[in-house]
Amino acid sequence: MNIVRLIDFLRDRLKTVVRVCYVLLALLVAADFVRWAIAPTPHGASEAAAEHATGAWAALYRFSETAPAFWSVFGFVACALIIILSKWFGHRGIMTREDYYND
Amino acid sequence: MTNFWIHPALIMFVGAALLPVVPERLRKGFMLLVPMLAFARVMSLDHGVYGEVPFAKWTLIFGRVDKLSQIFGYIMTLMAIIGTLYGLHVKRVGEHVAAWIYVGGSLGAIYAGDFLTLFVFWELMALSSVFLIWFRGRKESLSAGYRYLLVHMTGGVALLAGIMVHYHATHSMAFVALDVTHANLATYLIATGFILNAAVPPLHAWLPDAYGEATFNGSVFMCAFTTKTAVYALIRGVPGLEILVPLGVIMALYGVVYAVLENDCRRLLAYHIISQVGYMVAGVGLGTELAINGACAHAFAHILYKGLLFMGCGSVLHMTGESKFTELGGLYKKMPWTFVFTLIGGLSISAFPLFSGFVSKSMIISAGFADHKFWVGFLLLLASAGTFLHTGLKVPYFIWFGKNNCKPKTWAKAADPGWNMIAAMAIASALCIFIGCYTPYLYRMLPYNVPYHPYNLPHISETLQILLFTALGFFLLLKKLRPEAVISLDIDWFYRKGGDVFLWIARKPVQAFDAFVGELYRLVGLKGLMGSARSVGEFDNAVIDGAVDGFAGSFRRLGASLRKAQRGALQENLMVAFAIAALLLVVLIFVF
Repeated sequence: MNIVRLIDFLRDRLKTVVRVCYVLLALLVAADFVRWAIAPTPHGASEAAAEHATGAWAALYRFSETAPAFWSVFGFVACALIIILSKWFGHRGIMTREDYYND
Repeated sequence: MTNFWIHPALIMFVGAALLPVVPERLRKGFMLLVPMLAFARVMSLDHGVYGEVPFAKWTLIFGRVDKLSQIFGYIMTLMAIIGTLYGLHVKRVGEHVAAWIYVGGSLGAIYAGDFLTLFVFWELMALSSVFLIWFRGRKESLSAGYRYLLVHMTGGVALLAGIMVHYHATHSMAFVALDVTHANLATYLIATGFILNAAVPPLHAWLPDAYGEATFNGSVFMCAFTTKTAVYALIRGVPGLEILVPLGVIMALYGVVYAVLENDCRRLLAYHIISQVGYMVAGVGLGTELAINGACAHAFAHILYKGLLFMGCGSVLHMTGESKFTELGGLYKKMPWTFVFTLIGGLSISAFPLFSGFVSKSMIISAGFADHKFWVGFLLLLASAGTFLHTGLKVPYFIWFGKNNCKPKTWAKAADPGWNMIAAMAIASALCIFIGCYTPYLYRMLPYNVPYHPYNLPHISETLQILLFTALGFFLLLKKLRPEAVISLDIDWFYRKGGDVFLWIARKPVQAFDAFVGELYRLVGLKGLMGSARSVGEFDNAVIDGAVDGFAGSFRRLGASLRKAQRGALQENLMVAFAIAALLLVVLIFVF
């Protein structure tokens, strides 16, 4: 099986794979900084219209359109928030033993 | 009927009726032929209104063909081909008959031009799909099926009541967009019937309950048809209904939260249906042309990738008999192809560039931003991080990698499934990638002509940043995500346990009152009265109780024998009865 061989090949070199992944993440962030350095202001129809919108969400939107690496932070924070808050919620009695409904 | 017009649903119904009598050596060919014929029929339909049948003082409209009904008819019949191919080796004919009637019900609802026709097919879907749960044959499947039926009948009553109120006010049965700016009781009742089938919280708990319990291929059908037919009905009936925007956003996040807690992979996928349908419901609520296009496109893409994911996890269940993360792990050596296909499904639902979700989900999010509902866009993006976290990472990781929790028996049984299941998954995977790479295929079918280009640098960069940094978070917090052998309580607690609570409340005061009266009796000590009472009591014991007990006893015996029948044959008898009734109805309407 080729797929199994490929996966085993990668697993045997897990440290290298992880390092490559970190480099990719760094490149992604670096590319966004380059974008910000070249053209720091957004362009496009909905962005232009959003300039006149008011409120915290609109401000956040304008910030997301300009700030470099905004979506990297967003993705990481979103992931951590979802895991931690959901588990907290689950351990408040929502998660229960598997035979709960059987008695 | 003056001009003969073949409804695609009719092909499914006739196929379902003939299937039991088709000789076994021809059966597989016949099974592939019927959904393909239905698909070909959908492709050959011209826009217009067909199949108008006078009925009492109304006109039933069976065939309203326009862009909106066509895109849904197209994807439903396409999924019917893939789903049938996936379950091709299943010997029990009843399962295929139920699935096909279910598909036919969905097509009937999609092409219905009036509320009465819609309602009949709507109910037919619930009545036929429940068999896909019952055929699993476990003790839990029986009760899950009854709960499923009960919930859907309640939704049906709301829909019917709404239709009646609507007819009373407008004297029209036409299934067209209701006036959502002046929403009244009828609008809300009809919308309630629709959103129950779309699994909008708090009317959603039937979905993981049923889809986690259905047969391995039954879930593949169920995950496509009920909720997406409901999305179609919402788009057709109540586009722009404001309340759907917050409801859709809540849905998208609710499914994500419960998916974190879930230990059963099919129930996890079921919670992600709720989450994904949330995008579509929010899109319908936004109601702009771009948002409606997005809802249609996302429903189309969703049916394929969610079918693919259910096929992948269904393969694991079918081969190993397990669907819980705490009983699986490390299977990549045994089921490599299933892993690859499931991963493609996971990348599609997570909206990775070049996969189908990328070109559909972003349309709804863009529509939210363009409509200046910024919170909608941000919260949906938050939910999409959660989607990748679970379906793209947690499901593949804890089944095919992670700690190997397999029992020796599970490990021995694990292997890639038969050719037909592999082929079905391969076709769905190919379509997911094709839709993601070649956007005109999907975009040409959308109801409105709005230009939209998902592939631009900022959008790709934004998506990759969110997804890859979610992946980083996943691996850093892996310990917290370790599966736990638990179940999660949801709204269904109220009807699964609520009965017990009610009984307890009823019993305790009644018992207390009884004890109080007994005590009073003793304290007052009316011995003389008790003497005469005793003779009355003897009469009561001997005559009345005898009669009542005898009567009750015979009832209990009858009940017990019925229950025995119910465990085995009754479901199949019911199946046959429903099938015959449906067939008669169809013949009556189409042939006269």
